[in-house]
Amino acid sequence: MLRVDVAKQLGEFSIEASFTSEGRVTGLFGDSGAGKTSLINMIAGLLRPDRGIIAIDGETLDDTAAQIHVPAHRRRIGYVFQDARLFPHLDVRQNLDYGRRMNRLADDPAQRQRVIDLLDIGGLLDRRPGQLSGGERQRVAFGRALLSKPRLLLLDEPLGSLDAGRKVEILPYLIRLRDEARIPMVYVSHDVAELRQLATQIVMLRRGRIAAFGGVKVLPGTSA
Amino acid sequence: MFDISPTEWTAVQLSLRVATVATLVATPLGIAVAWLLARRDFWGKAVLDALIYLPLVLPPVVTGYLLLLTFGRRGLVGAWLADHLGIVLAFRWTGAALACGVMSFPLLVRPIRLSIEAVDRRLEQAAETLGAAPFRVFLTITLPLALPGVLAGMVLGFAKAIGEFGATITFVSNIPGETQTISSAIYSLIQTPDGDSAALRLVVVSVLIAFAALVASEVLARRATKRLHGN
Repeated sequence: MLRVDVAKQLGEFSIEASFTSEGRVTGLFGDSGAGKTSLINMIAGLLRPDRGIIAIDGETLDDTAAQIHVPAHRRRIGYVFQDARLFPHLDVRQNLDYGRRMNRLADDPAQRQRVIDLLDIGGLLDRRPGQLSGGERQRVAFGRALLSKPRLLLLDEPLGSLDAGRKVEILPYLIRLRDEARIPMVYVSHDVAELRQLATQIVMLRRGRIAAFGGVKVLPGTSA
Repeated sequence: MFDISPTEWTAVQLSLRVATVATLVATPLGIAVAWLLARRDFWGKAVLDALIYLPLVLPPVVTGYLLLLTFGRRGLVGAWLADHLGIVLAFRWTGAALACGVMSFPLLVRPIRLSIEAVDRRLEQAAETLGAAPFRVFLTITLPLALPGVLAGMVLGFAKAIGEFGATITFVSNIPGETQTISSAIYSLIQTPDGDSAALRLVVVSVLIAFAALVASEVLARRATKRLHGN
């Protein structure tokens, strides 16, 4: 269970959002500039709320009243960025292994193989990020986040930088990820079709405020 | 002409030793300072910045004299070092290394700072979300990506240290076999009648060393860049 109740001032723009989600995939929906990325950066611990609470499964990650702020590297929250952000000096294998090394987790070849098969990246292991296509890069980024064994996975418009053809290539992997990986996700998107296929719950954000909350029915253009 | 005498050899070897020690000791410190200046905001940052660049704009004689006042046998730091640790810097080759290190520090720090500033902070954030604590982010992401700049800084610093003259001769004098580097040997030879051909030999040696350092830096930087981008 993810509980978010935060306020943050960013220049002229302010965010005030409060929601609780039990869903397997929480879709965070809104136009660009609605505050979606700032909100999940707060969940990830990369941005500190001015006031409020963030908690996962009863564990408090942020509580400004109690002066609690768990730093990003201790949150065990995976993050897939829109621009992949693979480490250019490491090959794919080392990128995938990075989270395990940093968290000092035991080597788990079976899990690694499962993720590699799930994302179909077995043929890319010896390549450098510079030698991958946009879609391949994004798949490796999914794998890298998954293999750090997070308790929550944040995905910030992971298909946003890809063209339509690539999106169709990646979407099935995401559906498999949702159904097989058993990690709750927060999926940020401004694409109604994407969210309708993936999300089990929707948080709709408009100008830093929550405009609607509920099932995929709350998405615009959805007939009940 | 290329019959280098033992005294000249001593000066060449001493220069290499002084510059190598100065560079190796200054590099970790330079990386730390460069990181602070590139990535942190703190009170007194402008002062630290100015302090590091001071040796570049001060007359070298002034820097050398300040070193003598501070690290000399009766200097504030020098006396303490001598009494407690038995380390004497004044008029020793280690003092020459200190003078060269201080003089070359701005040239060492600048490329490292620039290359750390050029490292994409979003990659550092990604590393954090994968569980890397700040210092490990630095070791595994920032430093490897800034490596070409670190190498460039080391070579520049080394080249400056090899050629340093003013601060060194002021702080540790010009003692053959102890503090007489290539530069001070050339200076002495030019003052001596019939010293011209010996001076010229040392001039050729110093040109060769400088040239080799620049070529090495070019090769290293190219190799590092290639390694980082994998093509």
